[in-house]
Amino acid sequence: MAGIKIAGVSKIYAGGVKAVNSVSIDIADGEFIVLVGPSGCGKSTLLRMIAGLEGISDGEVSIGGRVVNRMEPAERDIAMVFQNYALYPHMTVYQNLAYGLRNRGTPKAEIDARVAEAARMLEITQYLERKPRALSGGQRQRVAMGRAIVRKPAAFLFDEPLSNLDAKLRVSMRGEIKRLQRRLGTTSIYVTHDQLEAMTLADRLVVLNGGRIEQIGSPLEVYHAPASTFVASFIGSPAMNLVSGELHGNRLAIGPAVIELGAQAPASGPVTVGIRAEDLRLARDGEAALPLNVDYVEELGAQRLVHGQVGDQMLTVALSPAIAIGEQLSLAIDPARLHFFAVDGGRRIGEGSVPAHASAPVAQPV
Amino acid sequence: MVENRPFLTFLTHAFLILGFAVVALPVYVAIIASTHDIATLMSGPVPLLPGSHLIENYSMILTSASAANGLPNYSHMALNSLIMAVAITVGKISISILSAFAIVYFRFPFRQLAFWIIFVTLMLPVEVRIMPTYKIVADLGMLNSWAGLTIPLIASATATFLFRQFFMTVPDEMLEAARVDGAGPMKFFRDILLPLSRTNIGALCVILFIYGWVQYLWPLLVTTDPGYYTLMMGMKRMVTVQDGVIQWQLVMAGSVLAMLPPILIVIFMQRLFIRGLTETEK
Repeated sequence: MAGIKIAGVSKIYAGGVKAVNSVSIDIADGEFIVLVGPSGCGKSTLLRMIAGLEGISDGEVSIGGRVVNRMEPAERDIAMVFQNYALYPHMTVYQNLAYGLRNRGTPKAEIDARVAEAARMLEITQYLERKPRALSGGQRQRVAMGRAIVRKPAAFLFDEPLSNLDAKLRVSMRGEIKRLQRRLGTTSIYVTHDQLEAMTLADRLVVLNGGRIEQIGSPLEVYHAPASTFVASFIGSPAMNLVSGELHGNRLAIGPAVIELGAQAPASGPVTVGIRAEDLRLARDGEAALPLNVDYVEELGAQRLVHGQVGDQMLTVALSPAIAIGEQLSLAIDPARLHFFAVDGGRRIGEGSVPAHASAPVAQPV
Repeated sequence: MVENRPFLTFLTHAFLILGFAVVALPVYVAIIASTHDIATLMSGPVPLLPGSHLIENYSMILTSASAANGLPNYSHMALNSLIMAVAITVGKISISILSAFAIVYFRFPFRQLAFWIIFVTLMLPVEVRIMPTYKIVADLGMLNSWAGLTIPLIASATATFLFRQFFMTVPDEMLEAARVDGAGPMKFFRDILLPLSRTNIGALCVILFIYGWVQYLWPLLVTTDPGYYTLMMGMKRMVTVQDGVIQWQLVMAGSVLAMLPPILIVIFMQRLFIRGLTETEK
């Protein structure tokens, strides 16, 4: 078990394309890090560089204090779980699990013990003599994880391991991965494009965009204080509303509406305003309000998402189903819950306010 | 497609039966001819019903010291054919699977060029490049040797090409998983690629064994020593006797026997195929 240090790592392809651009992350021993971003953001490339499957163009990766830049994957003391499982189809589950250990010259008795232990942990003991083809997707996924566990590596690397599973199985496997990682205490790096998976699994999130790190932080930090409009729109579902507004002194104008901030605004002039759908509520009588022209309503059961327009800008609001919805709604928001981003570049302006209850898990609307 | 059109069913079956008859009739005639004595065969058209000399003809061809004038005996030629066919099969598969492995999984200078050089040899059949090939074999002193008989036929691109196409369908993650599991290139080849190629190897065995077994032109060119004669050459020589009668009943018996090994290998390897398929298909 060991920490991983990624220092200024870049991947430059022939032709000068930078798939990963000077990324630095310090990962503590036993930490669960999730690399998240849209496709093409370089998250898989970064993971493959840590694994040693891809050359490192610049920078340094060290695992447990050893610089591993020039080491073969097998020497790096890591184990990887692939998206399509990459099980050896002609070997039984037992042989799949044992293969890495056999190559290392582990004594037969120890291989047996470790395979049995991993199989018990993953509840695949009864399938040990089967071929991968005779297993369901979820079982194959367990075998792929078993193959990583038996090696007792310094770190697990997960490359979108759940994206081939159906939605229901994904949720339960997600829980299982988290539980397993807690239990084993192995440093893990997990790549996904699914922000929900990222939020629920991570000790710390690394949001990547275009080969650069947009933000590193705990899921709640990232959720409540996104560092840029990119993070704001990527993390959270429904996505954070981003509307253009203008700050003057202690007042914010959005389209026709004006909101009193109650304090000096962190900037002046045009800004992008971020509003979480669940931070909006119905305005009380006489309260300054955002008028919303309702377009349509999505019923989710526990809540409903109301889509509409403020002036000519789209806005989504999450409301309790108990609230009657007419043609028009008057909405209010706690000014402390507003996020401001620079119009140019989209970086955050001012501190994020993490609410007092933020330590409790956030119920994620799916 | 489920259709119930009796006439169409009748028509398709009629065509199939007709086609089968056209293909099978010569074989049938050969079998029948091998059961008659020479007098019956010389006296007119080949009868369509079996005669009474079956055991006599077959034991004659298998036991007589010489199959015909100047030829070694039949089983000696059959052994030569077998050695040649097996050598070509084994040699071709080993060489082509290794070269395909190199071309697909290693990055080296002129890799693409190497592939294309191998590939263009597919463009010309052996017969077209037979003179230069003969010259090289002769200059290397390989006439009248097993090496001369088999090596030029081993070097060909078909199998390399097939293995290359197959290797390219193996997911990259398989190689990556093996690397993470600590398997070097040759270990990956032995532990993962070879077992995965099993059905391909089986199919190629069938094709290449038959290819080697029926070789006629090349052995005819490079061997003058009767000790290296193969069955196909021998059969031909038995028909071209200078004087006296052609022993048609023996020629036919020899032909029928020569057909057996390819048939056996198809039947035998097909069972391997199916086992390979069902194991992976489960």
